[in-house]
Amino acid sequence: MTVILNEGDSAGTSGAASGSPVDAAPDPGKAMTRGKLVFIRFKRNKLALVGLGIIVVLYLMAFVSPFFSQWSYTDRDYTAFLQPPYNEHIFGTDNIGTDMFAQVMRGLQKSLIIGMLVALISTTVAAIIGATAGYFLGVADRALMWVVDLLLVLPSFLIIAILSPLFRGESWWLLVFMLAAFQWMITARIVRGMTLTLKEREFVKAAKFMGQPARTIIAKHIVPNMASLLIIDATINVGSAVLAETGLSYFGFGVQSPDVSLGTLIGSASQSATTFPWLFLFPAGFLVVFVLAVNWVGDGLRDALDPTSTRVRKREKKDSKEKASR
Amino acid sequence: MTTSEIQFDSPAGPAAVGPVLQVEDLHVSFPSEAGRVQAVRGLSYQVSPGEVLGIVGESGSGKSVSSLAVMGLLPSSARITGSIRFQGRELIGRTDTELSKIRGRRVSMVFQDPLSALTPVYTVGDQIAEAILVHRRGAVSKQAAAKRAVELLDLVGIPNAAERAKAFPHEFSGGMRQRAVIAMAIANDPDLIIADEPTTALDVTVQAQVLQLLKTAQEVTGAGIVLITHDLGVVAGFADRLMVMYAGRAVETGLVDEIYQRPRMPYTLGLLGSIPRLDVGEKQALVPIVGQPPALTDLPPGCPFAPRCPMVVDACHTAEPPLIDVDGSPEHQAACIRTGEIAATDAEGAEAAAEIYGAEVVEEAEIAKVPREQRDVVLGLDELVKEYAVTKGVVFKRRVGTVHAVDGITFDIREGETLGLVGESGCGKTTTLMEILGLEKPMSGGISVLGRDVASLDAKRRFEIRRDMSVVFQDPMASLDPRLPIYDIIAEPMQVHGYGKSDIARRVPELMSLVGLRPEVVSRYPGEFSGGQRQRIGIARALALEPKLVVLDEPVSALDVSIQAGVINLLEELKSKLGLAYLFVAHDLSVVRHIADRVAVMYLGKIVEIGEVDSVFDAPRHPYTQALLSAIPIPDPVKERQRERIILTGDLPSPANPPSGCRFRTRCFLHASLPPEKQRTCIELEPPREVQAVDHEAACHFAQIRQVL
Repeated sequence: MTVILNEGDSAGTSGAASGSPVDAAPDPGKAMTRGKLVFIRFKRNKLALVGLGIIVVLYLMAFVSPFFSQWSYTDRDYTAFLQPPYNEHIFGTDNIGTDMFAQVMRGLQKSLIIGMLVALISTTVAAIIGATAGYFLGVADRALMWVVDLLLVLPSFLIIAILSPLFRGESWWLLVFMLAAFQWMITARIVRGMTLTLKEREFVKAAKFMGQPARTIIAKHIVPNMASLLIIDATINVGSAVLAETGLSYFGFGVQSPDVSLGTLIGSASQSATTFPWLFLFPAGFLVVFVLAVNWVGDGLRDALDPTSTRVRKREKKDSKEKASR
Repeated sequence: MTTSEIQFDSPAGPAAVGPVLQVEDLHVSFPSEAGRVQAVRGLSYQVSPGEVLGIVGESGSGKSVSSLAVMGLLPSSARITGSIRFQGRELIGRTDTELSKIRGRRVSMVFQDPLSALTPVYTVGDQIAEAILVHRRGAVSKQAAAKRAVELLDLVGIPNAAERAKAFPHEFSGGMRQRAVIAMAIANDPDLIIADEPTTALDVTVQAQVLQLLKTAQEVTGAGIVLITHDLGVVAGFADRLMVMYAGRAVETGLVDEIYQRPRMPYTLGLLGSIPRLDVGEKQALVPIVGQPPALTDLPPGCPFAPRCPMVVDACHTAEPPLIDVDGSPEHQAACIRTGEIAATDAEGAEAAAEIYGAEVVEEAEIAKVPREQRDVVLGLDELVKEYAVTKGVVFKRRVGTVHAVDGITFDIREGETLGLVGESGCGKTTTLMEILGLEKPMSGGISVLGRDVASLDAKRRFEIRRDMSVVFQDPMASLDPRLPIYDIIAEPMQVHGYGKSDIARRVPELMSLVGLRPEVVSRYPGEFSGGQRQRIGIARALALEPKLVVLDEPVSALDVSIQAGVINLLEELKSKLGLAYLFVAHDLSVVRHIADRVAVMYLGKIVEIGEVDSVFDAPRHPYTQALLSAIPIPDPVKERQRERIILTGDLPSPANPPSGCRFRTRCFLHASLPPEKQRTCIELEPPREVQAVDHEAACHFAQIRQVL
């Protein structure tokens, strides 16, 4: 089978039908699979790398700095109530003399874990349930969509309020689970709708006719084709999970005093934001930085996965021009 | 027409002085990310009253843009310079309001897609009446406009026009919609009709009807027509003059006969040579034009066709050649510096193309030399039936009818053989394919692949059979996952069937070269390839597992003619080198004639005629086959004008409620000409498939040979 035929419409470097030649492969001549290619494309995105760096730094800060800090989040400094930042307390103190830096770091620990986990779990669940329902249809679809509709009509806060006495004192894992459990349904419905259209596409049929099992088709063809939606959904979920956790904490379950999260800190300080700004600005600032970093990473991932993304194309063009001029 | 308000001025009226449309040095450019796109670069042409000008070119050659410029329908971002004079009045620089007075009244347009050209929320009659009222408010009453709409619908051949005028666009079939659009276009007796690919979205039988209708419209209104198309067959019999466009410029203009017989520009030659001919029995060499049209952002100096031209010399790269008179006649102009040398070749038309482009006839496969009976059956269908239930109600579904999508079809494909399956859309071709590819137990009848009956397969066996059978789809955009690099796309079938990583890494570049693509480009995404290249990737994927049978679902119908020729050649070469068997589904009979060994014609879920391809095409027995064949235009103006065309009336009946007896009788011209007692046979008895000649069967009670080519 090694016959080489006459070139028909030859595959030149001027590939694109749109007329603009684009070099996606940084190193032509070497075959690359999707994983490698996405990785390379992601690496090229500076902003995404910065975002990734920020997230790593935040994790390090949140989990390592308490070992070096002289105050713990439960300690109280009875010599300093409601002090603005100064040497001793670099983020200031609150009305009962707790060091704000220690509190913010403790809150960051909780929020980093809750935000990330909830976003990952709810988006994954949404993708799996939605794609399964949309791909198989029939009984699976009806059963899964019944669950989705049920969860959608149940007032989630009411359920949690009723159940909260049961969970009092349980670990934060339960909180992550509860938050995720009430966040995936709408996305699942959208995913199902997109799956319905995607599965009629010929490349899905082609995969089916070559004997590809259904779960591989979903993982390889259907989910990557809605990556943009899923990534945006996940990044939004990070922020909303942190804030929703505040609401749940109000019902007295999840993060309980004296333990804190960014959400509870922001919640309690929001009334005094103008009078004692350091109580509000530090936790809010960290939340903003965290969500922003997640968004950058999400954008980078989306562009890396999406071959039609114009941003990557422009950047590649610039790169290749630079290379050429060198 | 009765005593109505329809008054068309006579074709030779007082308006018929000078050209209707005169375009001079038209330039159109659009802003884009990569710089300004020079879509039209210095185009000049004119159309006289009652004349049909055909504009031909590949997609992206600027043919549609130039006519949209005439209509004043380009977006405001477009920069238009030059001169467009309509009946002596300059159109460029006029405001939209001024143009609106001309548009639809003096100049009208027929678009490619009749579905999007009609508003779905108004009735067809209302929309035609609106076209009249917009321009004659006050002069024509609403009732009169409605009445005229009905008359126009009647004129364009819609039965029960008064009834159908109250129907909504979705209740019309594609052909009827296009008729309604034409009715709208001629409603105000225009002086110029611009038809932009009016038949591309339609079936061949309907295409013939619509072309006939355009001709009628022209005779009635005496308008000049600009017919834009990529199909050289369509213009051959219809246009008076022809203009070939390439990269935003006219590269050859002249009388139709001149251009077809004595093309003087290599591009025109290539276009002519790339069309498979319905009327050529022996194997003909198809000319693929290598490469793609240039990007219109910054064109290098010199002839834009030079990179793809087989006759290119250094002088071609210095300056862009202007249109010069050919053979001393100002009627025929070509933009090439080597026209004289083309004229010097002995051969004419398509043969000259094959000579200049160096196209060769593909050799036959070894296996094809073995007599057919001695070869193994690769795919066998035996009375295959597929029905869909039509249900009503949401909670309690009731069965209200049955769609007989495939109603008992039988055929077999042997090793190294190509069977062409043809028919109008809705005849059950795709359903048949899906049944074969699904490998599920059929509702009734049998499918056997490589001698194994599909009904008795367990999951493991079914999976094994998938290795020997693969598919290439119609739309190269949709058939490749846009999110997967080419490497993964071609590797996928091998991964599924458990090839080792190193085997795959070795085989992927091999397959790429096999289909004529450079192996280095495997790390790219499908979006970076052109349609023809993508179809090659689809073919590479289909060949990955070294199948015995490849099912091709209209593999070339979404491609430009010049690209199409390359893919057809590739398919033929692969077949001969690898001894593949093809099931080739198509609606384009000329492609089928070129590539297939045997052909099966389907009508409403049944095969009406099947047999060896030359026998069926040269001596068709079934009236439907005859009509199909006669509807296909031949790219030869002389032959085309002499041909007698069988125009089928109406559309395909619903497969939910097929006619009794012979299914074709409702549209059959033969049936209509029979005496009543013979007609009864058609109505009461379903014709069986009977042997007509060696390897040639047809299902008609009164089968007789009729030459239609």
